[in-house]
Amino acid sequence: MLTTESLSFSHSANFQLANIDLEIKPGEIVSLIGPNGSGKSTFLRLISRLIAPHSGTVVLDGRSIEQMKTKEVAKTLAMLPQMQDHQLDLTVGELVEFGRHPHRKTYGKPSHEDEEMVEWALSVTKLSSYRNRMLHSLSGGERQRAWIAMAIAQHPKILLLDEPTTYLDISHQLEVMELVRSLNETSGMTVVMVLHDINQAARYSDRLIVLKEGQVRFDGIPQCVFCQDMFRSIFEIEADIFMKDGLYFFSPKKLRKGDCCETGRYEKRTVGH
Amino acid sequence: MITVTEHAEKERHPLARKRFIIFVSVGTMLFVSAIASLMIGAVSFSITEIWNGIFSSVDSLERRIVWELRVPRMLIGLIVGMCLASAGAILQGIMRNPLADPGIIGVSSGAGLAATVIMILFPAYIILLPAAAFLGALVTALVIYAMSWKGGASPVRIILVGVAINAVIGAAMSALMLLYSDRVQSVLPWLAGGVAGVGWVQFEMIIYYAIAALVLAVFGIPHIRILRLGDEMAKLLGHKVERSRFFLILLSTLLAGIAVSVSGLIGFVGLVVPHIVRTLVGGDYRYLLPISALGGGLLVVVADTIARSAFSPIELPVGILLSFLGGPFFLYLIQKRRNSFVDN
Repeated sequence: MLTTESLSFSHSANFQLANIDLEIKPGEIVSLIGPNGSGKSTFLRLISRLIAPHSGTVVLDGRSIEQMKTKEVAKTLAMLPQMQDHQLDLTVGELVEFGRHPHRKTYGKPSHEDEEMVEWALSVTKLSSYRNRMLHSLSGGERQRAWIAMAIAQHPKILLLDEPTTYLDISHQLEVMELVRSLNETSGMTVVMVLHDINQAARYSDRLIVLKEGQVRFDGIPQCVFCQDMFRSIFEIEADIFMKDGLYFFSPKKLRKGDCCETGRYEKRTVGH
Repeated sequence: MITVTEHAEKERHPLARKRFIIFVSVGTMLFVSAIASLMIGAVSFSITEIWNGIFSSVDSLERRIVWELRVPRMLIGLIVGMCLASAGAILQGIMRNPLADPGIIGVSSGAGLAATVIMILFPAYIILLPAAAFLGALVTALVIYAMSWKGGASPVRIILVGVAINAVIGAAMSALMLLYSDRVQSVLPWLAGGVAGVGWVQFEMIIYYAIAALVLAVFGIPHIRILRLGDEMAKLLGHKVERSRFFLILLSTLLAGIAVSVSGLIGFVGLVVPHIVRTLVGGDYRYLLPISALGGGLLVVVADTIARSAFSPIELPVGILLSFLGGPFFLYLIQKRRNSFVDN
């Protein structure tokens, strides 16, 4: 459904994504995790054609996205960048209607299908009664749901989310994650998201892809990726890993490299355990 | 009863009522002030006299003053105000910056330089002044746009490049005026901006362009609305962001250029009118743009009527009056808004 073929991108000497070959299968929930600056967001921006790769291609349904019309891509693939900080003076309904943009002509009335999709997007995000509320009058969690409603009104096969839970409190985080899961289960939407919370990523994903320094280091089901070795090599921490009801979660113990904060000096230990 | 009304409120856009009221009031105020501007002046007329002045072809004082002088001047003021306010509204929308105005994309400086060159160096070609001002505006806007291009022309780059280019052009204008200080007298009123002495000739010169540009602005509304979601979001929705922005910048240049060509450099309308309208009806361009256009027309018609009658026998260029009154009013608005932020 979505594959990347030796996708490479760099914007400075210290940062590059090199030769990423990945295949996203239909119906998967995939979470990208990794430390800051590992290239997770850049990867999402590449496959959503916000930025152009230096080499390699992104293939969507058998066609390279560079050769597709921009509206064609938007009909198959929707992406929500990290939380928008500006407050648009739109109502929820008006925002969600923008999701129909790729399917519509610029001038002319929305079709019956457009209206149905907007209704559907509002109802699955439980925002039907908020249709005429202004965006800035909503809580953070509601506003994030409104943006997700806009993205799914595009009726995409693939939904890309860049840190959809950042700045939300824990109950709103779970609300968003539950919404993602139900979209996946009821509509078969493929989801690729960048998540900061590794426990949530493990809980809600079929597959974890771990990036570091622009390379894919681990790729697999959460059970396989969750191991001491991953936390040591990727995040440089010692972690306890637990399992309950078939779900994996971890709790960080301490930093692996130098205890600079405690002793006031940085000592680099050789890796080895 | 109460629940029924509450339900009805929910079914409607929260700003729907306000938008309707503002639209109707601005429209009414515009109509009233247009009539008033024909009545007020060095010679005052009653409504009947104005009626006769416009509709009877008998040669009379009313006919000569109302039809030959005040009607075209009022109409031109109206068009100039509509064009400037629309240009400002469009630019503020696509730059997502409330401080954008036609000056930023070089319209004022480009037109100013071209006009100065004609008036100082080639006074014999003064007839070409409107065309030259318009071309100067267009060329400068295109230069700024081209120099902002770096895989796309982001609003911030356009604004920064605009500041630099405007500074260079401003210097060139000052240099010209210093070198030919004996001829500066003819340039100053134009730079101050005004519609004194315009007539049907100028009206015919701009009316078709103005109608075309204002109609195009209506077609620009969906593009502005989607650009307001931000470049990234608009791109993700499959919109051709750079293409829309280029045409909209071109359109605002056209709108502002039309105004500048007959009225010189009238500042402030493009900045302040969309700003005020936005605080009243919100940022949806389906309402903001048309109401701004009406508001711009209203402001210039009213200001010009005051400028030419209140200081009689002196006629103040309307541009000066607008800046004089507009500046403090704008400060008041900013102050008020800051207080309301504190209150919240």
